[in-house]
Parts: sequence; structure tokens; C-alpha cells
Amino acid sequence: MPRPDTIVAIATAPGRGGIGVVRVSGESVADLAHAMLGKVPRPRTATLNSFFSADGGVIDQGLALYFPAPHSYTGEDVLELQGHGGDAVLRLLVSRCLELGARPAEPGEFTRRAFLNDKMDLAQAESVVDLIDAATAEAAKTAMRSLRGEFSAAIHSLVEALITLRMLVEATLDFPEEEIDFLAESDAYGRLAAISAQLERVFRQAKQGSLLREGMHIALIGQPNAGKSSLLNRLAGEDVAIVTPVAGTTRDAIRQHIELDGVALHFVDTAGLRDTEDEVEKIGIARTWQAIAHANAALLLIDATHGEGPGDRDIIAGLPPGLPLVRVFNKIDLQGTEPRVEENGGATAVYLSAKTGAGMELLHRHLLQLAGRQHGEEGAFMARARHLSALREAGEHLALAGSCDGRVELFAEELKAAQVALSSITGEFSADDLLGEIFSRFCIGK
Amino acid sequence: MFYPTQFDVIVIGGGHAGTEAALAAARMGLNTLLLTHNIETLGQMSCNPSIGGIGKGHLVKEVDALGGAMAAATDEAGIQFRILNSSKGPAVRATRAQADRVLYRQAIRRRLENQPNLWLFQQAVDDLILEGDRVAGVVTQLGLHFHAKAVVLTAGTFLAGLVHVGQSNYQAGRAGDPPSITLAHRLRDLALPVKRFKTGTPPRIDSRTLDYSVMEEQPGDDPAPVFSFLGDPSQHPRQLPCWITHTNSHTHEIIRGGLDRSPLYTGVIEGIGPRYCPSIEDKIMRFSGKESHQIFVEPEGLGTHEIYPNGISTSLPFDVQLALVRSIRGFENAHITRPGYAIEYDYFDPLGLKSSLETKAIQGLFFAGQINGTTGYEEAAAQGILAGINAGLSAQGKPSWHPQRDQAYLGVMVDDLITRGVVEPYRMFTSRAEYRLMLREDNADLRLTEAGRRLGVVNDARWQHFEEKREAIECEQERLKSTWVNPRLLPREDAERVLGKDIEREYSLHDLLRRPDVSYQELMTLPGVGPGVSDAKVTEQVEIQAKYQGYITRQLEEIARHQHYEALLLPAALDYREVHGLSIEVQQKLNLHKPETLGQAARISGITPAAVSVLLVHLKRGLAGVSQKSA
Repeated sequence: MPRPDTIVAIATAPGRGGIGVVRVSGESVADLAHAMLGKVPRPRTATLNSFFSADGGVIDQGLALYFPAPHSYTGEDVLELQGHGGDAVLRLLVSRCLELGARPAEPGEFTRRAFLNDKMDLAQAESVVDLIDAATAEAAKTAMRSLRGEFSAAIHSLVEALITLRMLVEATLDFPEEEIDFLAESDAYGRLAAISAQLERVFRQAKQGSLLREGMHIALIGQPNAGKSSLLNRLAGEDVAIVTPVAGTTRDAIRQHIELDGVALHFVDTAGLRDTEDEVEKIGIARTWQAIAHANAALLLIDATHGEGPGDRDIIAGLPPGLPLVRVFNKIDLQGTEPRVEENGGATAVYLSAKTGAGMELLHRHLLQLAGRQHGEEGAFMARARHLSALREAGEHLALAGSCDGRVELFAEELKAAQVALSSITGEFSADDLLGEIFSRFCIGK
Repeated sequence: MFYPTQFDVIVIGGGHAGTEAALAAARMGLNTLLLTHNIETLGQMSCNPSIGGIGKGHLVKEVDALGGAMAAATDEAGIQFRILNSSKGPAVRATRAQADRVLYRQAIRRRLENQPNLWLFQQAVDDLILEGDRVAGVVTQLGLHFHAKAVVLTAGTFLAGLVHVGQSNYQAGRAGDPPSITLAHRLRDLALPVKRFKTGTPPRIDSRTLDYSVMEEQPGDDPAPVFSFLGDPSQHPRQLPCWITHTNSHTHEIIRGGLDRSPLYTGVIEGIGPRYCPSIEDKIMRFSGKESHQIFVEPEGLGTHEIYPNGISTSLPFDVQLALVRSIRGFENAHITRPGYAIEYDYFDPLGLKSSLETKAIQGLFFAGQINGTTGYEEAAAQGILAGINAGLSAQGKPSWHPQRDQAYLGVMVDDLITRGVVEPYRMFTSRAEYRLMLREDNADLRLTEAGRRLGVVNDARWQHFEEKREAIECEQERLKSTWVNPRLLPREDAERVLGKDIEREYSLHDLLRRPDVSYQELMTLPGVGPGVSDAKVTEQVEIQAKYQGYITRQLEEIARHQHYEALLLPAALDYREVHGLSIEVQQKLNLHKPETLGQAARISGITPAAVSVLLVHLKRGLAGVSQKSA
């Protein structure tokens, strides 16, 4: 078998629950337990324990269960930490395990290890393949979701800069008889410093939590002046979007993060969708469709005094198939009607007034229900955690590259290792790809 | 007629691949026949008169470690030796030599003629004798039938070769030699996957018409290095310098003016040429912003006036060649002795090969060299020795052998070829080797001699020399690891002189040697430590291994993680459409490639880690079909 490195994941479904379980499996489980619990628990005995952070603080208290190999789920040393549920706590526990050298498990990896270690019979094999299949497809989906916006832009420019630097270094090593001094011309260490700084920035953001925040992405759409910004402000409880009576005021996607009963909801308030000649507004509209494509659900805001019109139906026709849609009829205060929820053949409509707040709790409840539907999916947290873990490893190699002291072949080695670490995010970048970069940029060869 | 002798191995072709293959099989004690269309051109260097270079020098040393001829022949024929990248680390340093073509041919010929068990025969081969899907021998032009248990085909650029100079073209194996047309047609009939590549050479020039006073001299290294682990600089003939000159804007104008008659730019040549070795017309078209290109003026030998202007390979019409040559500084009065040309030739998609270089389609038939889509003498020689060894093993009924990616550039090359195929002629570069720090020229013997000895291709003299060196290295490493330097007993001035500063605790000599700024020689001057080992080859190894130790440990860990996959055999009969959970794209890819091991499968582009997991599960379910490959 390949040497089993240590993997970690949240074993229970994300969202609110009584208890949440973090599972760790692999060769350094005992060391990890020692660091996190202060001891290695007695095998196969539930013990009440504090789970410690790096600075000795208590993250949570709960049950720790230790299963030494081979009598465990995976057949390796396994540690299970049962915390008090709540995504935030579980994520802290996972983050602590990552700090201690574990890596985020690949989709279906616990089960795969169990199978390969003869912990399952052959009849179960089929289901293992299905699980890998499903988990991989799902992880790909969440990974895609993780890789967007600023995070994606940061990573892509990072990788591009790294490829350029590697190209220069490898050209220096493989083509010493060319007249070009690839490295001297390029300020290799300056480039390295820039890449490292960028990586550092991504981490700082991750540490602040903004990148690790998981939740539902909701696109808030509707005709101009249906009251989207007002609704957003009401949900957020502060003025974030520009609310004016002039149609087409909101020209940019405004993001607002709202936590309802522990579930994070990310609202994207989008520019009103309508035909327009205004160039700036056209850009806003293009962004709206982008936001819709990435969303988990859409709220279509309709002015209740006008009812659903042809413009609304156009928008509905343009939505990605299968995207959950909630119609929100706003301005019931002007109609003098009561807030209510109507369910009709799977279509949901909520009647409320963003201005007075009437019916807002109905919307809250429905949004939480919607969020519940996401529980089957692997959390975007794990996808993002994998990305960050790859970045961390790349960062370590870049730091080592910085201490190579003009030993070019070692410098090249660390850069390559950094890129290999990033390949889990960006896909494989082969030696042929690199040579291709060199040949397209420089006239090489006798 | 049936030739009465039954051979074990027949090698077709007497170039760099064929000669190494034939010599290796014969060294293994197998009755070997080398068939060539011309005994006079055995060991001919068809392109530039040089051996080695970055990545290529590594291959030459590996061939040498397996008892091959190329390094030793270069030591006898080299007229200028240099170490490239000498200012960089040992892993990327590489030896390169200009060779006298005649001396090189003689050195190879002498080895062939004096090799026991090896027989030469001059006849072009027209056909293969097949028994079912197994090769049983070959038929020559005269209709002679030669029988053998294994056949190695090393036809170079001769298969359906087509030479281009301007708009005219003619069939040839290389300038001056006939092509192998019948054999090419025959191989096409066998449904082996054939494709076309292109390569080229520059015009050759009479040295007496050149003005060296305006060129830059490029001398060889002093002292001159050697290629072979058993070599000695005293074997080198008289040494000559090379010269460097440049093209200019006038040259480029002339070339642009001739493009309408260029077979490359008028679509006559369809084969794909190498990007790292472009023709001069390609360089000027693709990099129009570059005002000047380097030309290395390389002597062809001690007994000739011909020179090889490396850097202006071209297939332009002769009048353009002459004009462009004469526009170059120092070449104003140049007389061309042979026109430059491009050649298109058949090669076989290497995806159809096993890691032993045996074809998947025909048992006992091995391919080596340029017909596998590679370029270069060194790449050819390395494949040749591997194919020769495996043809020998096949004839003996033994399992095949190949070095892994972490063991040799040869392993990297073969694995690249069979798992990724080729899109342009494949040339070795150090950036292709993920374990570059371990695959050095200086340790090629430590990496391969033992395997070569086991395979029967390493003779007693080399083995004894190797064992002595290895023992000396281990012995000295042991001493360094067990000798401790105590800070209280180390005089401050010695510490500062050798280590740069005081040491704060006790260190072993080996720990100190791992520091980037501490050399072995300096370390030996510490009181009570020296004098150490005097053999430079031994101290070099001790020092390099210590300096790279951290990196090598890391790489070894990575290798250990993949070891399991490498050894897991995939049944050849496996139909991947029946593997549940693989995407259709992956199924098609695997059915096309038919990888031999899970490790090879994982390296095929487009095969995801999830697909590898599914294969693992599949293999485990059908345990009957799975076995561990013996290491």
C-alpha cells in the first residue's frame, strides 16, 4: 500500500445538528491526538475530553474515540472527535487537524481506504465505486464553486507567475548554450517574492475566515425597482445597497453575508434585468447572469402591486434549469394584504413588505428550509480547505526556494514542488507543457 | 535460401541504437546477428558530429554503466570536450564532446568486430518472418531467410525516407544512402501505427574557405573530462576548438526571399519537426524580432576540412543556401561541400510499445531509436541497449527489465514514450525527470551497474572497478558519520576558516559536509580529520550525496508512496469498458494505451486520481488477475 498519510474530514452532514463528528485516519493519528487532547485516549473507549487549539485554548469539549489499526473503520489508526455540532466548531477542529499535519480527505477516501484494507466485503465494492464516483462529481462541483471570484483570480495569477518563473529557471538549466541568460534577465528572486507575497495575502484572507465561510449563495433578481435593495437592507439590517426610486440604480452586484440560525447565506443583489442601451448598466446585467449561474437558489422579487409580468417571465425562462426559485411578492403594504406563503406544485411564493418588515420571518423560515436541501452535498468548506492546504504546501516550497542561495537546480526543485502542490487546484502541468512554454517564448536550438 | 545458423537475436540497423542493441545481446552470451545495408557506415553520425549535452550526456553515462559502447568510443574519438552547466549544481552538469566522425566509426566498428557471439552481415532487410503474432526472423533483399527468437528493428530515418532540398525531393535513408521502402511497406501492412516526422541538417562547408579571425573561439575544457567511467583523458586524440559566429539581418532577408521555394513553407513537407531544433527558416519566421542567431562552427574531424555549421539546418533551395551561408560573418567565401536537407521518415507511435520496447502487437519484435519518434544519437543508443537487453531476455525466456523513472533518464524516456506518446521528435531534457537530483551523470554507475551485472551486460573489469569505488564511498561515508567534531576541541581559527564560524554543539563530519559552503577538501584540513580519501571520484560522490541528502530523502519518500502502483500489474486482456465507474473517455484512453501497470495508467494524461481509485477497487475485486511484479 502507499504509505497512508493522515486525512481528516467532517463525517456528519453540514448544517445544524445535535453532534458533529470529525474523523481522522492515518499513521500520525496518535501524535495528533497527543497534541490535540493532551493524551492518546484508551482504545475503543469513549472519553470526555477538551479539544485544544494551538495556543492551548479549548475549542470544544466532547467525546474522543481512538481506534488503533487494524480494528477501525479504515483499518488504519482512527480518531473520532464528537463535538457539539455547529459548523463553526467542526471547522475549527478540522483546521486544527490540518495544522497538525493532516490533509483534507479526498472525496470517498475513508471508504476507499476501508475497502483497500479489507474492511469491506466484495459485495460492497460496487457501492464503493459508486461512492467515489458520486463524491468526486460532487467535490468537483463544490471545488468549482470554491474557485471563483477573488479567490480564483488570486490563484490563477499566482499560478501564471509561477509558470513564468519556472520557465525561466528550467530554460537556464536545460539550454545553457543559448545566448540568453534567462535568469539574470528576469529577476528570479523578485518574482519569487511577488508570488510568495500574493500567496501570503490569500492566506491572510483565509485566516480572517472570509474564504472559509460556507453557505448558500442566493441571487436576488427582479425588475428594476421591485424593491431588491430594500429587501436586502431589511435582511441585513443595515444600508448596504443604494435604494433610490430611479429604475436601474443598482449597477453592480453587491454581496451581503447574513447568518440565519447559524446558516450562512450569501446574497448577491443584482442590477435590475431589463433591456437597456446604457453601457454601464449592460455590464451590470451581464454580471447578474453570472451571479445567477453560480447561485444555489434565486429569489425573484416582484412588485405585488403590478403582479408577475412578461418581464418577470423572461427572467424565469433564462434561469438555469433545476435552480430552486422563490417568488417574493413585495410591497403588500401598498395593497393592504396580509403576509403569507403559497405553495403551488413545488413553486413557492412569499408575500411580504420589505418596507414594514411584515412577512420577513416567513422568508427567513423558507430560506432555512432551502439551505437544508444542501445538506446532502459535500460542504464547500472541505473543497476550500483542500485548496488552502495545497496553497500552504506550495507556500512552504516557495519559502524553501527563497533560501536556495543561487543553487539553481535546488531553486528549480522547490518551484516544481510548489507547482505540483497547486496542480490539485489547477490541473496537471506536465514537463511537456513547460517545455512548450519555453519553446514558444524563446528561440531555442542549434 | 534459409541461412543455416539459428540466431537468438537479430538486430536490423547499424546506427547508434542498432550497435548498442547488438553488443548488449552478444554480451549476454546470445548468438546475435547484426544486419546492415552497409558495413562501412556502422556507427555513422548522420547529423552533427557531437555526443552528449544536457540530458543527453546523462543518457550516454547510463549506457556506459550498462557496459555500452558510446561513451568509450567518444573518449577515443572526441576532439573537444566540455562540461556544460559547470557553474551550476552537479545534477544538471552534463558532458558534451565534438567527435571525429571517422575515429568514432572506427571505435564502434572495432568493438562490433571483436565482440564474441556477434556476427555482422551486409544486406538490406525487406521483410519479417512471422509465426502467428510472433516474430521468427527476417528476409533480406536477396531473399535470404534468417531465423531468430527475437528481432530488434532500428531503422532510423530510413523507413520510407524522403529527402528535401528546395522543391526537389528524392527517396533516401539519409543523404547518400538508399531508403528502406520495401520494409516500410511491409510494416505498414502489419497495421502498426505509422506516422511521419521531419528532421534536417545544415549544409557542410570547407573549412579552408572560412575566416576564423572574425569568429569567437570556443576551446574545450582543460583538463578535458571523460565520458566513460573507465575512461581516461589520455585516450583522447588531438583536441580542436569550436568557433562561434552569427546570422545577421542580411541573412534573414535572403531566407525570407527564398521562402516561396521552401518545402517547409509551401506545404510540401508534412512531417512535424522538433521545436527545439528548428531549421533556420523556422527560427526567422517564428521569432522575427530576433536580429541574430548563433552558429557553432564544429570541426568534423582531424583528417578532414569539412565543418558542420550547427544552427543553420535548412531545406531551402541550394542557391538560397549558398547565399545565406555567404552572408554570415566569416563565411563570405564559403564553399559548401554538401547541401543541407530535410528528411521526412516513418516512425511508429510508441504508445504501441511495452516498457521493454517490445511491440504490443508482435511478440519478440523490439523497436529502438528514431523509429520510436525520438531524435538524437544518445536517445537512440539508450533505447538500443534496452531493446538489446530485452530481446536477449526474451530469447532466454526470461522476464523483461527496464529502469524506473527514479532510476535513470532511460527509464524516464521510455515511460514518457509509452504513456504519453510523441507529438514532435522526442529529445531528452533534464526538466523531464521529476527526480532530477537523483539522476546525475556522476552517479549513473551507482544507479545502473549492478542491474547491468545481473543482466549479464557488465564485464568483470567494469564490475571490479565499480565495486571498489562503491565500497570506498560507503567506507568514507561511514567514517564521516561516525567522526564527531567537538566545539571545545576545535580551535576557533580552524572553525572560522573551514566552517565560517564556531560550532555551538557537537557535529558529525557528515553533518558539516551537508552545509552548502563546506567542501570535502576543506573539511579534511580540520585537525585530526584528514587526509581523507584521495580518489576524486569517491570524494565527489561523498560530497554530492551529502549536499543533496535532504532533497533526496524527500524524493525517496515520494517514490515509496508510488511504489505500490508501480508494481501493480494491469492484465493485458482487461477490457476497460467492463470496468464499472470509469468515464467513457477514460475507458477509451485505457483501451488505447493498454498500460502494463497501474503506475503507467496514472501517468497517462487525462487519467484522474478518481479513475485510479476505481481501477484499484476493480483490481482488488478480481484478485485472480492481479499479481505483484517482482522488483
